[in-house]
Amino acid sequence: MSEASSPAAQVAAVLKVAQDALGAAPDVDTLRRVANEHTGKGSVLVGLKSSLGSITDVEARKAAGRAINEATQAIDALVAQRLSELERDAASRAAAGEAMDLTEHLGRRTRGHSHIVTQAWERLEDVFVGMGFKVAEGPEVETDFHNFTALNMPPNHPARSGFDTLFVKHGAAGSTLLRTHTSPVQIRVMQEWPLPIYAVMPGRVFRRDTPDATHMPVFHQIEGLVIDKGITFAHLAGTIEAFTKAFFGSDFTSRLRPSFFPFTEPSAEFDVRSASGKWVELGGCGMVHPNVLRSGGIDPEVYTGFAFGFGIDRMAKERHAVADLRDMYANDLRFVRQF
Amino acid sequence: MRIVRSWLEDFVDVRKLSDEQLADVITALGLSVETTEVVGTPIAGVVVAKVLRTERHPEANKVHRVWVDTGDGGERHVWCGAFNMKAGDLVPLATIGTKMPDGRDILRRGMFNVDSEGMLCSAAELGVASDASGILILPPTAKLGRNVFDALGIARDVVFDLDVTRNRPDCTGHLGVARDVAAKLGKKLTPPKGDGAKKGAARKVSVKIVDDKACARFNVTVMSGIVVGPSPDHLARRVLAAGMRPINNVVDASNLVMLETNQPNHAYDASKVASGFRIRFAKSGERLVTLDGTDRTFTADDLLICDGDDRAIGIAGVMGGANTEISTETTEIALETAWFDPTTVRLTSQRLALRTEASARFERGVDPQGTEYSIARFAAILRQSCPKLVVHSGASDPQTKHLPKPAVVTLRVAQVNRVLGTSLGARDVSSLLTRIGFACTSKKIAAKKGSAVAAGPGFSVKVPSWRPDCTDEIDLVEEVARHVGYDALGKRVPQSTQSGGLSQVQQRRRSLRDLMLSFGACEVMPNPFLAPGDHEKAGVVVAGSDGRAGLALELENPLVAEESVLRTSLRPGMLKAVAFNLAHRADHISLFELGHVYPPSSSELPDEHEQLCIMAVGVDASVAVDWWSQIVSVFGVGAQLDQSRVPDGYHVTRGASLTRGKHVVGYVGELDRLMLAAHGINERVACLEVNASLLLTESPKVPAAKPVSRFPASDFDLAFAVPASVTAAAVQRALRQAAGALGEDVSLFDVFRKTPTDSSRGLAFRVRVRATDRTLTDAEVAAVRTSCISSAEKLGCTLRG
Repeated sequence: MSEASSPAAQVAAVLKVAQDALGAAPDVDTLRRVANEHTGKGSVLVGLKSSLGSITDVEARKAAGRAINEATQAIDALVAQRLSELERDAASRAAAGEAMDLTEHLGRRTRGHSHIVTQAWERLEDVFVGMGFKVAEGPEVETDFHNFTALNMPPNHPARSGFDTLFVKHGAAGSTLLRTHTSPVQIRVMQEWPLPIYAVMPGRVFRRDTPDATHMPVFHQIEGLVIDKGITFAHLAGTIEAFTKAFFGSDFTSRLRPSFFPFTEPSAEFDVRSASGKWVELGGCGMVHPNVLRSGGIDPEVYTGFAFGFGIDRMAKERHAVADLRDMYANDLRFVRQF
Repeated sequence: MRIVRSWLEDFVDVRKLSDEQLADVITALGLSVETTEVVGTPIAGVVVAKVLRTERHPEANKVHRVWVDTGDGGERHVWCGAFNMKAGDLVPLATIGTKMPDGRDILRRGMFNVDSEGMLCSAAELGVASDASGILILPPTAKLGRNVFDALGIARDVVFDLDVTRNRPDCTGHLGVARDVAAKLGKKLTPPKGDGAKKGAARKVSVKIVDDKACARFNVTVMSGIVVGPSPDHLARRVLAAGMRPINNVVDASNLVMLETNQPNHAYDASKVASGFRIRFAKSGERLVTLDGTDRTFTADDLLICDGDDRAIGIAGVMGGANTEISTETTEIALETAWFDPTTVRLTSQRLALRTEASARFERGVDPQGTEYSIARFAAILRQSCPKLVVHSGASDPQTKHLPKPAVVTLRVAQVNRVLGTSLGARDVSSLLTRIGFACTSKKIAAKKGSAVAAGPGFSVKVPSWRPDCTDEIDLVEEVARHVGYDALGKRVPQSTQSGGLSQVQQRRRSLRDLMLSFGACEVMPNPFLAPGDHEKAGVVVAGSDGRAGLALELENPLVAEESVLRTSLRPGMLKAVAFNLAHRADHISLFELGHVYPPSSSELPDEHEQLCIMAVGVDASVAVDWWSQIVSVFGVGAQLDQSRVPDGYHVTRGASLTRGKHVVGYVGELDRLMLAAHGINERVACLEVNASLLLTESPKVPAAKPVSRFPASDFDLAFAVPASVTAAAVQRALRQAAGALGEDVSLFDVFRKTPTDSSRGLAFRVRVRATDRTLTDAEVAAVRTSCISSAEKLGCTLRG
């Protein structure tokens, strides 16, 4: 660089050198050092800038100042560009070094599976809650009174023999039993809850049945109870229909057929079917028998009500096409983990 | 109840209805048609053939050769195992290719190198009668080559199998079903005629009812001029179609009357009961051989029919005795038509495990006024095979004051409409009821005080004697509903003023189950019934609500002894489930149950409550403690983890009770190795058991928000050598106290031991301090640190480098 060179020529020369050096810098540290050599303290450009005052020609001074500024900016831009290039290179080198095969999945089991009866139970609860029902519960070991007598089946009533009751050695002989249906909860709800009542009662029930593909001595039912002023048989049919559509789907429909239960009258069986399918019997229902209302401390001349009930296990069994009910109670993880 | 269509058609005109339509009508009446079976279906290929000659084969003694002609002039040869035909007889021949009702295909098959060109058939093989003793000999007028069914005039018939509910005793007879169907279809009911023949000379058999409650009516009518023999085919076919076995004309007549009118009855050989009848309860231990050949022993609660000499000859309402049975020599019968107390019959039938067509009817209640008609029907039916039948007058017919009288029930039209949601008029109601035999007398009914049922028209309704189930107003409301048709009652959703929802307990139960699933545990439902000894084997100490040890409750009538004890803990059932899955080589076994237990109690009911049990195989106690700490944080409940009270069945140095004062609310830790081994489990099992009822019923206080500090926190770590006697929890508690108001968190982050069994160990805690109003100075942090160290040292801990 000769003293004779013009400032502009000097700037251009510096810029050229800087550009080459920056382009060749292999890493961030070198880049920063090179950048500092050309634009920092003691650099040629800073020296030129401080000697601008010695240029007397105003126009020449301005031109030189502009050239210095432009060169400085060009170097800064180049540094920024190179910096991002170097960072990107470093990142991709690092990434290459930590390559992972995402299919090397160890398959750690992280969440358990609930029992399919629980799943059906909760689905049923949710549908009824959506229809404005509360959920009631009662003991599994019951008194004879709640399980039979209060439900219009006094001692020696012939219908009792149809239940295959398991009795518990507690209190007087025959006074304590494993509830044969969820209906005793009706009585407890009538006695304890304020009117009106819109409740469903899911629960475990017991029969003295030898286990086979379609029967278990321990199984589950859900029961519904509505007691209000002005409740009619049409409300029963309407509720069953609303449930059928909500639970099975809007293309399903329901029908009631006359039947007999000691605790309801008129009584009915209810069947459901899809638009294309056959009628399938689902459960029993009816208007709460006046004697049952009386057992629950409710005046049948003022209130009327209806009740309905059906099996939960069957819902689970049919939803998942389980061939044998016993499989649902074998507690075999190979079965449980399917659902 | 098997209802035969052709039989029904005798009483009501349903010709226009298809089988399916008729089944729908019957089902809609509440008499659920379970199956529809076609009987008497002509079998294509069975033709009338004439026996030309028969011939024995020298090497066959069980069969012979028969040559027949089917009218085409040719001869056909068949092998036949029956020998009851002779040349000239007409017999049914199933030709080659015929498909028999039992599924057999008639093929060209032979023996001794001679083919059989078909098969000669018995009545049973054709499904036209039960006689399988020989080949059916056809009437000589039958036309050769014609289908046998056409030749015999046997028409296709249909049997509906009805699931008749307990409240409809009238419908275990064809007439009762016909009455309901006729009413529903608006058709006339035409009951069959009784025997109108003039009654013969008076013949009385004495009857003494000893127990007038259990037996309220006992008619004995004598009939003579009887020749015992097979029933005419059309009657035998009916008996068969209805599901019974034709025996002889007298027994068949008895059964036909029962199947028609629902009145069981019994024909005795009159010569064997000349001494009369006594109806009394058995003497305990008294015995009788019944018609089925079984020698039975009675209790004092079984009602017997005895002869005049007090010798038992039948079980009232259940089954007759072998000693007075009709035989081929019988020419005179004494026909019993009675009314027995339903409960007495039911209990005897249950006690003897002997349920008969008769007992099933008596225990539901037969028509107390149906006697005369049933006797007349019996005579009419028997007369078809005994034209010289004489029905003698002077029958004994004692009736006691316990014979049910027709109920008279008040029915309010407004109540009908209130329950059914209908707007029926008085005339609608009475017309529906009258058609099924209820006599309605109009009356105006005042409103009951406080009743929602308005005053208005109503009826005094006389219930027909065949409907013992109708005793209350609501029973008549149901009759109206049935005959209006349930489908016609409409469907409306009630307008509830209630809001639905799960209770807090129910919501918390779902959360708890969800938390268990998040631990990776699968839900199981072991049997709540245990074998004797299961509790003890699992180390469970049975305790009642008073906390005192006792015996678990037992079932009075278990199915099997292995399922006779009511569980007081979920542990035994869970261990069985764990062992089962280990035996099936399942991996990562982690199970939970949320279920009821039934500890004994001195109250009206056991101390039943909900319990949670979760187990994982192959992990140590720390996992169980972690489960518990998550429950504590999610459910806002708490308990002391007390390792000084190691529960029975748990690892002695890795088990703890969860206590609240004196009360134990759960157990946590690892299970005892020997106890596990006794269950066939040879791995570590972490276990947590908690009284879920307590957990779910508690409602933790809703926390009020505390402002979050805007100032930075300072952390410092402290590692101590801690003697075996000092628990980590105690050190943590001391540090927390020492950190005071500035301490935000004290957490154990490392445990180090020289050897796995070394009880003296190093514990490292991280203490985080922060003020809400300023940044703490180094000096303040140092002061807290010093205070923490000195409080730990007071416990015997030594700060490590």
